[in-house]
Amino acid sequence: MTDAAPALSIETQDLSLWYGKFQALKNVSMGIKNGLITSLIGPSGCGKTTLLRCFNRVNERYGYVTTKGEIRILQKNIYDPDISLIELRKSVGMVFQRPNPLPLSIYENIVFGLRIHAEGKLGKGHTDEVVEKSLREVGLWDDLKDRLKGRATGLQLEQQQKLCIARLLPLKPEVILMDEPCSALDVEGTRAIEELMWELRGRYTILIVTHNMAQARRSSDESIFMLMGELIEHSRTEDLFLNPVDPRTAEYIEGRYG
Amino acid sequence: MFTQTPLVRRKQRNEIIAKWIFGAMAVAMVVPLLLIIFHLVSRAWPLLSWDFLVTNPVGGMRRGGVWSAFLGTIYLVVMSLCISAPIGVLAAVYLNEYARDSWFTRIINLAVVNLAGVPSIVHALFGLGAFVIFAGMGRSILAASLTLAIMTLPVIIASTKESLAAVPVSFREACWNVGASRWQTIRRIVLPNSISGILTGVILQVSRTAGETAPIMFTGAVFFKKIPEGDLFAYNLRDQCMALSMHLYTVTTQVTNAPEALPYAIAVILLATVLFANALSISLRVYLRSRKKW
Repeated sequence: MTDAAPALSIETQDLSLWYGKFQALKNVSMGIKNGLITSLIGPSGCGKTTLLRCFNRVNERYGYVTTKGEIRILQKNIYDPDISLIELRKSVGMVFQRPNPLPLSIYENIVFGLRIHAEGKLGKGHTDEVVEKSLREVGLWDDLKDRLKGRATGLQLEQQQKLCIARLLPLKPEVILMDEPCSALDVEGTRAIEELMWELRGRYTILIVTHNMAQARRSSDESIFMLMGELIEHSRTEDLFLNPVDPRTAEYIEGRYG
Repeated sequence: MFTQTPLVRRKQRNEIIAKWIFGAMAVAMVVPLLLIIFHLVSRAWPLLSWDFLVTNPVGGMRRGGVWSAFLGTIYLVVMSLCISAPIGVLAAVYLNEYARDSWFTRIINLAVVNLAGVPSIVHALFGLGAFVIFAGMGRSILAASLTLAIMTLPVIIASTKESLAAVPVSFREACWNVGASRWQTIRRIVLPNSISGILTGVILQVSRTAGETAPIMFTGAVFFKKIPEGDLFAYNLRDQCMALSMHLYTVTTQVTNAPEALPYAIAVILLATVLFANALSISLRVYLRSRKKW
């Protein structure tokens, strides 16, 4: 690791994955740089979401999955036998397509992760502080500070999605995975989430799956184009969109298919 | 343009006919229930009183009340649910939350479905063989409750699974992704949000348990037994007991010269017990729903 090249927070080496007999990922090798926003683009069924879900191994909850190859997060192979999934998922949080706040109060949503991982009870002073800090970080504090006991599921979608991001922060994650976080939101909501991503950039490594090429273009540092389970091209976002190397990338960006 | 053609008129007519037929069937469902209740209560009226509930049958069961049978039914219902509810709910949690789709879980699911279809008289014979004779419990409240529990178990499993499955997967995903274990997910999110459905399913089994005669006939119910009146703890689990369903059967078929109102009065008590339990379940459901956060 030198100062010149940013360190990699996620690396994969020849990663292949099968759902039953269907191969969803084929020999994916790549490196995601620390503290940047990287977008994953490609047509439906190309394996973007599958790849994303590999990074906290939550894939394994969705049925019969076989994986080959290596994933290193912060230099540690997450398929090593001594890996604790609980600790891994603390460090690698995920945001979903549809905001999915838990059916609890706003306050409890944010401290949920802490309570799950705490031994014994948490002091109220401590949790109050965590809630304020997390909500401030996602810019919800001023709107919600007077109704922290209210239901999280009653918020506007945009607020719900920000809350879902805030919910990850008390666990001090290294990586935040976002699976089309704006596809349920309107233009304003999308803008707000994108701005939030820029706010969080630097402190967290953000990986975002998106269907929206314009979104990838305006809100990520690097982009990865995938097709049929393969990684086709990975470069700086402006290079990928302006000077794609692979003809398949070029055609996708031009909108010839997808 | 846009005018009615004969085809459109015919479609509209069919639409109206269909609506009325479906509506009539829905109403037809309620009518028998109301008629039954009205018929029973009007015939039973002369006998209905608090004393009827809390005195034992006397005079060859022609006079007195239904106390020992009423208390027996309560014992059987409560005992059998105490056995079947925990087992059924826990089994359903396993099947819905932990089990993956494999030959093993498929066999369990198949067993649940088939067990639900077994006629109650077969359960009765099983109970007689397994609990009364093999396990040496003799004819007792315990053996009869166990038999009833086995009968209600598959239904409780099915209804609990349904309630658990109604909790959106996205809640579980949210939990897993902050590193919650399955048990933490179940305890903090899944159970609190499905408990109203689970309890409703369990309490609805009260009516089935209270109404069955066959399974208890060979395993623990007797024609007649005298117990201290007004004492809620009059029965011992190793005792045999009377039960309302069985008592009704006895009075209508075995007792000659019983007052005409007597069987109706027994039926009203049985029905009232069941309706009371159902009303309880509905109000519990309403209460728990109102606390739900989604």
